[in-house]
Amino acid sequence: MATKASRTAARAMISPSVILLLGWMLIPLGLTIYFSLLRYNLLMPGARPFVGWENYEFFITNPAFTTALINTLLLVGGVLLITVIGGVLLALLLNLEMWGQGIVRILVIAPFFVMPTVSALVWKNMFMNPVNGLFGYLAKGLGLEPFDFLSQAPLASIIGIVSWQWLPFATLILLTAIQSLDSEQLEAAEMDGAGPFSRFFYITLPHLARAITVVVLIQTIFLLSIFAEIFVTTNGGPGNASTNLTFLIYKESLLSFDVGAGSAGGVIAIILANIVAIFLMRMIGKNLDA
Amino acid sequence: MGRITLDKVTKAFGEVEVIPPLDLTIDDGEFVVFVGPSGCGKSTLLRLIAGLEDVSSGEIRIDKQPATHLPPAKRGLAMVFQSYALYPHMSVRKNIAFPMKMAGIPEAEQNRKIEDAARVLNLTDYLDRRPGQLSGGQRQRVAIGRAIVREPAAFLFDEPLSNLDAALRVGMRLEISELHERLKTTMIYVTHDQVEAMTMADKIVVLQKGVIEQVGSPLELYNAPRNIFVAGFIGSPKMNLIEGAEAAKHDAHTIGIRPEHLAASKDAGEWKGTVTVSEHLGSDTYLHVTETGLADTMTVRVGGEFGVKHGDTVFLTPDATKIHRFDAQGLRIG
Repeated sequence: MATKASRTAARAMISPSVILLLGWMLIPLGLTIYFSLLRYNLLMPGARPFVGWENYEFFITNPAFTTALINTLLLVGGVLLITVIGGVLLALLLNLEMWGQGIVRILVIAPFFVMPTVSALVWKNMFMNPVNGLFGYLAKGLGLEPFDFLSQAPLASIIGIVSWQWLPFATLILLTAIQSLDSEQLEAAEMDGAGPFSRFFYITLPHLARAITVVVLIQTIFLLSIFAEIFVTTNGGPGNASTNLTFLIYKESLLSFDVGAGSAGGVIAIILANIVAIFLMRMIGKNLDA
Repeated sequence: MGRITLDKVTKAFGEVEVIPPLDLTIDDGEFVVFVGPSGCGKSTLLRLIAGLEDVSSGEIRIDKQPATHLPPAKRGLAMVFQSYALYPHMSVRKNIAFPMKMAGIPEAEQNRKIEDAARVLNLTDYLDRRPGQLSGGQRQRVAIGRAIVREPAAFLFDEPLSNLDAALRVGMRLEISELHERLKTTMIYVTHDQVEAMTMADKIVVLQKGVIEQVGSPLELYNAPRNIFVAGFIGSPKMNLIEGAEAAKHDAHTIGIRPEHLAASKDAGEWKGTVTVSEHLGSDTYLHVTETGLADTMTVRVGGEFGVKHGDTVFLTPDATKIHRFDAQGLRIG
C-alpha cells in the first residue's frame, strides 16, 4: 500500500465487502430498534402503533428481568472462572512429556466439537437425571439420595455443562501459549532459587496473561448469548431460576408473541453487552498491547 | 569459595553417551573457558555443573561439598544464558531483584545491591525499563547484574556473546574480563569462539565429543598443543598441517606450522607456491597459497602490506624452531 494509486485501488476493491457487512449489521439492527418502538404483537394483527419507550419500560419492569440479568452475569462469570483456572491447570498438565500425548490431547479437545444441544442433552439424560443418570446411580451406590441437579441447582448445572464445552477451547489456547514460553527463562528462575510455585506465579502466569485475555474476551462474546443449553435442559426454570437475558428475550418474543417487547429486550442486551465489553477492555485490554 | 571438582562425571541421553568419564578441577577465582566445536558437549558440561541436567554417574563437588544431587538454587552458582533469559514482564530493577526476592533478602538491602550492580554495569538510567526496550548489550548486562547480586560461588556463562554484533562482542569481552578482575570470583565460560577463549581465559579446556583434549593456559595451548585437534583449533588463522615426505624429514607423521611462523618472499625460500587469495587487512596480509606440494592450501600471515595478487608465485620459509611435530596417532612429539 505504498503509492496513492494502490491505496485508492485497495479501497475500491475492499468497499463491496465492507458495504455488504455494514448492511448485514445495520439493517437488522435498524429493524430491531424500529420494532422495539412499536406495539407489535403477533396475537393482535392489524395496527402497529408507535408507542415510544413503552416496550422498554415493560421489559425492564418485568420481575424476571433482574433475575435474568443476574443469571447472565453468574453464568458468564462462573464459566470464565472455571474454564480459565481449569484451562491453565490442564494446559500445564498436557505440556508435560507423557506416553500417549497425542491421543490425550485429542480427547481433551473433543468436547468442543460436540454441538451444544447434543452435549446438553447428554448431560441432562445420561449424567444428571436422578433416575437414569450416572450421578444418580453413583449416589445410590453410595447409599445416598440421588440429587436432581437440574431442578435443585439449575443454574449451577448449566454452568457445569457450558464449562465442560468451553474448557477445551481455553486449554488449547493456553497450551499453545505455554509452549511458546522460553525454557531458558524457567531455568534462569530455577537457578535464581524460585521453587515450582514461584516459577508458576512469577514466570508462567505473566507469560500467559495475553492468552488468558484472549480466552476471556472471546468466551464472553459467546457466553453472553448462551441459549441452546438452557432450552434443552431446564427451559429457563424452575420459575426463572436459570433464565438468562437471551432466554428471556426468546420467551417474550416467541412464547408471548410480543415482537415489540422482544426487540426492546434485544436492544437492551446489545447495550449491556457493550457495557461489559468496555469494562473488560478497560480491565484487561492493556494485556493485548505488545 | 568457588572450587569446583568434577570426578568421573558422565552424561548419557538414552543410549547416546555425550560425556564419557571426565575429571576436571576448577580452582577458586579462576576464569575457565570451555571451548570446542558445536556439539562437543561444552554446554552440557556447564548445565551439569549448574544442576540443570542430572549427571548419569560420577560426582560434582563445590567447595569440597558434594553437590551432585543438589538442586540448582542450592549450589550457589549463577548463570548467564545465551538468550539472556530476562523476565520480559518485569522491569530491569525487578529482574535484578528476583533472585534476592526468592532468597527473602530485606528490601533495603535489595535496593542497595541493585544500585551497586547498576553502577558497576552502567545500568542506572535503565532500571525502570523493560528488557524489550533495551539493546542487546544492555540486556546482556542486566543478565550479568542478575547474576552478580546473588554473590555466587561461581558464575557460569553459556555463550553469552554469540547474539551480539562483532563490535559489541569485543566491548563486552573486555567488560567481563574487567568484572572478573574486580570480583575475583570463579567464572566458567562456554564458547565456540577460540578468540574469546584466548583473550579471556586463565585456563582453557578444549573439548571434542565430550572428551577433554587439553587443559592449560592460553599460551600453553598455543605453544605446545597436545594433539592435532588442539593445534588446529587454537590460533587464528588455523595452523598449517603437513603430512608426507616433508613431515618425514622431521621424523614425524604430521608437522604443523602456524601462519605467523612462515616467512613469505617473492624471490627465494624453502617452499614454492602460487597465491590464490590475498586478504589485505592493513595491519596484516593473509596469503592463501596452493601448489606447494605440501598441503592443499597453506595460509601465511605477513605483517603489514605484501603486494601480491592471484596467480603470483611466492616462496615460503618456516621458522624451524616453531615447527610442531605429531605422530601417527596425532599426538605431539617432544
